[in-house]
Amino acid sequence: MLAFLTRRFIALLVTLLAASLVVFVVLEVLPGDPAQVMAGMEASPESVEALRHNLGLDRPPVERYLAFLGGFFTGDLGLSHAYHVPVANLVAERLPITLPLAALSLLIAMAIALPAGLYAATRHGRPGDTLVMGLTQLGVAIPDFWFGILLVLVFSVLLNWFNAGGFPGWSDPLLALRALLLPAVALGLSQASILARVTRSAALDVLQEDFVRTARAKGLTRRRIVWRHVLRNALIPISTIVGLQVAFLMAGTIVIENVFFLPGLGQLIVGAIANRDLIVIQALVMLLTAMVVLVNFLVDVAQAAIDPRPRHG
Amino acid sequence: MLAPNFWRRALASRSFVIGGGLTLLVVAVALLSQVWTPWAPDDQFIPNKLKAPTAAHWLGTDHYGRDVLSRIMVGAGNSLLVGLVAIGLGLSLGVVLGALAATWRGWMDEALSRLGDLIFAFPAVLSAVLIAGLLGPGPVNAIIAIGIFNIPVFARVTRNAALQSWSRDYVRAAVALGRSPVAITLRHVMPNIASLLIVQATIQFALAILAEAALSFLGIGVQPPAASWGRMLNDSLTYMYVQPGLALYPGLAILLAVLGLNLLGDGLRDLLDPRLRRRRG
Repeated sequence: MLAFLTRRFIALLVTLLAASLVVFVVLEVLPGDPAQVMAGMEASPESVEALRHNLGLDRPPVERYLAFLGGFFTGDLGLSHAYHVPVANLVAERLPITLPLAALSLLIAMAIALPAGLYAATRHGRPGDTLVMGLTQLGVAIPDFWFGILLVLVFSVLLNWFNAGGFPGWSDPLLALRALLLPAVALGLSQASILARVTRSAALDVLQEDFVRTARAKGLTRRRIVWRHVLRNALIPISTIVGLQVAFLMAGTIVIENVFFLPGLGQLIVGAIANRDLIVIQALVMLLTAMVVLVNFLVDVAQAAIDPRPRHG
Repeated sequence: MLAPNFWRRALASRSFVIGGGLTLLVVAVALLSQVWTPWAPDDQFIPNKLKAPTAAHWLGTDHYGRDVLSRIMVGAGNSLLVGLVAIGLGLSLGVVLGALAATWRGWMDEALSRLGDLIFAFPAVLSAVLIAGLLGPGPVNAIIAIGIFNIPVFARVTRNAALQSWSRDYVRAAVALGRSPVAITLRHVMPNIASLLIVQATIQFALAILAEAALSFLGIGVQPPAASWGRMLNDSLTYMYVQPGLALYPGLAILLAVLGLNLLGDGLRDLLDPRLRRRRG
């Protein structure tokens, strides 16, 4: 187990390092001068030069890459061109919206997908199965941001049950959760559809195993067999997909936050693109990628703890 | 490549018929929009803005008084074009890289696999946002952004399927006969995996349309005044309180296009991969 963990951890570091290099190099080859953009087109060459020096942009690329990399350990992510404040502060303000949003939509996705997938598997080939599969087909095809707009149309415009957008802050947690509910449902639907399909097919495989027949012969109830034995054994393929879905959810927040006017990381990154606030783009893409890579690492480790087979694979 | 009774079986497959029908419909609308739309899609007539559907404007008008149906028709063309070129880019580069990895294996396979892992580490929308952020907004950059993410997808499918082909007896026989790896790949390996690539391309096409819509929604993809479904939905955020239809029709168009391609992909997979059909049935 220790050897597996070490190997996997080294792979994690190598991936992160490579990703940081990609993000840095890609921004490096970009046409356009951040200092010029930040100072404005009318700025004198001297003031642009002074700004470039202040931002450290006149240092050699290798030195700047090391500073960029080191920043992630010291929390110094650079200075935003547009807001004139440290990027770390912007991230700290917005993470408490984006992370709970992603987590809530994952919870919603799992709460829908696991029962739906297990239900479809136990009714394989019958109308219940066809209905669930048809609904997942629709769920995968609906763009999450359009589903979000439809939710606003129904629950805010027509029924007036929810605000159409915005975020009241965490001082009243219930109000905050209420503001995140519609966006989380919108984001969770397509993930729930994918997860329900995976759950169904994993459960179908397990249902054919001998021990399920034994459990039936022992007279266990269907509910007990499905939730106790089938789900537990289907968890490995399910957890792999859940790990991958975290990546989609983090990326999905970028779009959904712009539907619901939530001031999270997604809105920050789109604003940064509009302002060509390159330092912010660089830091956010790296941060989101690091989160995704880290979650996949944790899923691998959790899987290895449940099932010893992949360690040797 | 096609079995003799392919079309008979295809017409009996519900997924294939519905998916193929929807896809044909979207393609037909996109083609038609190149020569005819009910109104000129970019013509503004402010006094006529935000009108509900009428006999003259079947789906009503937007905030500039432009005909919504005409813009949805033109949007179909833009959406399909971005998706098609992006998938073409991903497919052509991915297949070459995947075939190289399967043919030469060793360090090249290892290096390409790790590179693929690295690209997979960036969520698709995120990498698209990064690339569009760097290159500036616009359809060409959206194509590049979506295309790049598709390269490792096709490379992986090609590599895995080609590796299986290389272990078949008749391919080994061709090796023993002294055929060059390139000739073997083109003659024996590629025809074997073509159906798999067609299925994957159909599904990736659907994902590309979703990605293009998301990018345009964020203002990074197709730029106004050109019509795009994602952009129309973004505009609807402001105007759906007056005219809810603005939030409905472009989304329905995306749904039909994506659903059609997904069903078509499912149908093709069942038709082209008999093993899967038996297991599913």
